[in-house]
Amino acid sequence: MSAVSTRMRLSLGPIQYYWPREKLLDFYRSIESTPVDIVYLGETVCSKRRSFHYKDWIEAAERLQIAGKEVVLSTLALIEANSELGYLRKLCDNGNFTIEANDMSAVQMLAGKTHFIGGASLNIYNPRTLRKLAGMGLTRWVMPVELSKSVFAGFQEDMPAGIESEVFAWGRLPLAYSARCYTARAHKVPKDACQFCCIDYPDGLMLSTREDESFLIINGVQTQSAKLYSLVHELNDPVTGIDVLRISPQSKHTGQVISLFDQVRSKKLGVSEASNKLESFASPGMCNGYWHNEAGMASCSTDCGP
Amino acid sequence: MELVCPAGNLPSLKAAVDNGADAVYIGFKNETNARHFAGLNFDHKQIEQGLSHARKHGTKVYVAINTYPQPGNFTKWEKAVDQAAEFGADALILADIGVMDYAAAKWPELRLHFSVQGSATSHEAIRFYAEQFGVKRVVVPRVLSVRQVAALVDNSPIPIEVFGFGSLCVMVEGRCYLSSYVTGQGPNTFGACSPASFVRWTETDSKLETRLNGVLIDRVNKDENAGYPTICKGRFKVNGDTTYAIEEPTSLNTLPILPDLLRIGVAAIKIEGRQRSPTYVAKVTKVLRAAIDSCMRDPENYQPDQAWLSELTSLSEGAQTTLGAYQREWQ
Repeated sequence: MSAVSTRMRLSLGPIQYYWPREKLLDFYRSIESTPVDIVYLGETVCSKRRSFHYKDWIEAAERLQIAGKEVVLSTLALIEANSELGYLRKLCDNGNFTIEANDMSAVQMLAGKTHFIGGASLNIYNPRTLRKLAGMGLTRWVMPVELSKSVFAGFQEDMPAGIESEVFAWGRLPLAYSARCYTARAHKVPKDACQFCCIDYPDGLMLSTREDESFLIINGVQTQSAKLYSLVHELNDPVTGIDVLRISPQSKHTGQVISLFDQVRSKKLGVSEASNKLESFASPGMCNGYWHNEAGMASCSTDCGP
Repeated sequence: MELVCPAGNLPSLKAAVDNGADAVYIGFKNETNARHFAGLNFDHKQIEQGLSHARKHGTKVYVAINTYPQPGNFTKWEKAVDQAAEFGADALILADIGVMDYAAAKWPELRLHFSVQGSATSHEAIRFYAEQFGVKRVVVPRVLSVRQVAALVDNSPIPIEVFGFGSLCVMVEGRCYLSSYVTGQGPNTFGACSPASFVRWTETDSKLETRLNGVLIDRVNKDENAGYPTICKGRFKVNGDTTYAIEEPTSLNTLPILPDLLRIGVAAIKIEGRQRSPTYVAKVTKVLRAAIDSCMRDPENYQPDQAWLSELTSLSEGAQTTLGAYQREWQ
C-alpha cells in the first residue's frame, strides 16, 4: 500500500525523442549504474522510428533488469494502424516485463490477463475510473500531467487498495499527439516522406512565438512544453501517496538529473541547491504550474496555488 | 449514413431539425460537456422544448456528457447522466470510463455512444468500451486516413461515426493539453479549448495581435482577418521560418469524399459547431443533407455541387477547407 512506503522511488520515463541506435545503447548502459529504481523502455511517440527493434528493447530491458532495475515496457500513445496493433500485441505477450499501457488498445489486450501500469495518456481523471481499471489488473497509475497536487490528494482519499501512484516530475511535458508530423512539416514534406528527420533533433525542435518566446517543442507527431516541468520540491515535503517520481530523459544531463533527485531524496542535498543546478540544465526554464492548479507553463514558488 | 448536427441552443436545435438533421447533439449548461461556453447549452425547460420539437420531426436527440470528472465533483456528471436518461435522450455521448461505468450500471437500457473526447483510434480500444459498457457507436478522432477509417469499420464490433464538417482539431481529441498548458483550462478539465476569458486582441500601429493568456498566437496586418487564437492555428517561428507550424486556420470538409465514407460503411457523419450561430447550423445542415442524399441516391456519379462547396467555404475558418487527416498527404 502506498501509505506505508518509506522511500519514494525514482523512475526513468521512456525516451520521447528519436535517437540513433548507438546513442540508445550508450544511454541505457549508462543508466545501469544510476540510482534510478524503475526504467520505462520503448517507443511511445512514432511507430516509424526503428533504431531499436523489439529484440533490442528486450535486450536493453534484460540488461537493466540484471542491473537491479524494475523494467517496464511502454507502449505507443496514439495508435492508428493495424501494424501498430500487431507490434503492441507482441509487446503485451512478451512474458517477462510489465507493460505501461499508454492507450486503451493496450488495456484491452492486457485486462484480466496480466497486471499492468496505466500511463499518463490513459485519461484517468477520477477514482471511479482508476478503480475500474484496478479491477482489470492495473497496479500503478501515472497521473495525467495536466492535473494538480490537490487532484492527486483527492485521489488518495479514495484509492483502491494496493495501487501505486506515480507523477511526472522532471522533463518536457507531453502535451498533444497528432496524425500530422510537425517535424516533417517544418521540413516541408508529408509524414510519409519524412526521411526520419526527427533524428536530427535529439531534444526536439523549438517552436517560438513571434516575440521569440520559447513556447513548445515539436517532436514528430508529439508536441511538448518547451519548459521543463520540475517537481523536485516534492522530495522535500512530499504529498502523501506519491510512490514514484518520473524523470523524463533529455539527450544531455539525464544522469546528473537522476543524481540530483537521488541526493535530495537521501537528504544529502537541499532542495534549493538541487533546483538551482537543475535550472542550469533547463533551457528555456522550468515550470510547475499544473501541480499548483495554474496554467501548465507557469512557474510557481512552493507556497503558491492550492 | 446518419447526419448528426450540433445544437448549442434551442434556435440551433430547431435550425438543425428543420434543415434535415437525422440527429442533434446537445449539452447541459455546465462543464460536463466539451462546449462549456458562456451563454451556450440547455437548461431543463429548453431541453423539454427541444426534445418536443425534435420528436415531432422524428429527429433523435443525443446528449454530450463528454468531459472528465475529478475527485470531489463526480456527482455533477452523475446528475447529468440521470437527467439525460430521465428526459429520454436517444443516446448519451460519453468519454470518461468512470462516467460510463456509472451510466451502464444505473441505466442499463440507455444507449451509449463513445465521444471523440474519449480518444479511441483503434478497434482494440473500441472493443474495450463495447465489451465493458455496451457502447453502441464510437465517434473517432480526426487523426485517421480514409484507409484507416475503412480498416476500423471492418474490425470494429460497433458502428463508426466520423466528423464531416467544421472546426478541425489537429491533435487527437481528449489528449490535447495545449489549452491547459497556456491557460490552466482545457477540454478535459474545463470543457473548453482556449477559453474566451484568456483571449486578448491588441492593436498596434499597423498590426492586430491575438494573445492567449499573454502568449502571442498571431499578428496580422489590420486589413487581414485575425482568427480566434487557438494555439494549433497560430503562427510561430520554427527553424527560422515564421509559419503556421501546426495548422492554418481552416475547417474540415468531407463533401469530396462522401462516396468513400459511404462505401467503407461509416454509420454517421457529424457536424462540429455547437458554439456556432443558428444561421450557421441551418446552412451547414442544409448543404450536408443535400449532399448525403445525393450521394446515397447515386454514389457512382456523385459530384459535390459548386454551390454547396462555396457555401461551406464561406462558413469556414480562414475561408478555406481541408480534408485533414483523411488525406494521407495532409499528415
